[in-house]
Amino acid sequence: MIRVSVDPAPIDIGTELAGIEETGAGAVASFIGIVRADDGVSGMELEHYPGMTEAVLCDLAEQAMTRWGLLSAVIVHRVGLMVPGDRVVLVATAAAHRREALDACAFLIDKLKTEAPFWKREIRGEDVRWVAARAGDGQAAARWTDGSPD
Amino acid sequence: MRLLYFAWVRERIGAGEETVEPPEAVRTVADLAAWLRGRSPGHADALGDPTKLRAAIDQRFVSLESELGPAKEVAFFPPVTGG
Repeated sequence: MIRVSVDPAPIDIGTELAGIEETGAGAVASFIGIVRADDGVSGMELEHYPGMTEAVLCDLAEQAMTRWGLLSAVIVHRVGLMVPGDRVVLVATAAAHRREALDACAFLIDKLKTEAPFWKREIRGEDVRWVAARAGDGQAAARWTDGSPD
Repeated sequence: MRLLYFAWVRERIGAGEETVEPPEAVRTVADLAAWLRGRSPGHADALGDPTKLRAAIDQRFVSLESELGPAKEVAFFPPVTGG
């Protein structure tokens, strides 16, 4: 089962993880990204490319399902306005054993960061700034490519 | 051809989308960006530095050197920062 959701609503971890457990897997791994209050950040706004975002996330989920023989892959990404402490993204994977679930979960969040068309801007009171892409994200995503990094 | 702009590209241009009919000479994504820079100071600012620009044709990432071909929708945006 693949579930991909891009929505302004808060992410309900309990419901999402309970849903993935129902597949009868032996292992469920999850990653939750949370808005940090770095350097006085008072809010975060997420913009995305409707249509393309969902297509990219479904494609990544399908790649993970095949590569690690998953039973389920769930990607839920919040968009719109958030405050520190809010969940931005949930990635969860279900497999027969822990190694497949953990590796697939890491793959999905690493690839999502460099391949899914989301853009965030940080709000510090009156100051609003687009976040620049980090070189480390590209390296993290490249480690999942066989052979030389892309 | 439908054009979409996101994040600071959208802000600098002052619109999230527009429809254009580029001339025949505009063959690649980079050609299109260069042609669009002549439309307004906002376009020139948003599309002026190709190293900070990413693009998609019909919702698939492409390099700026890619041929437009029969593209219906072209998007310009900064490197992605989700997650």
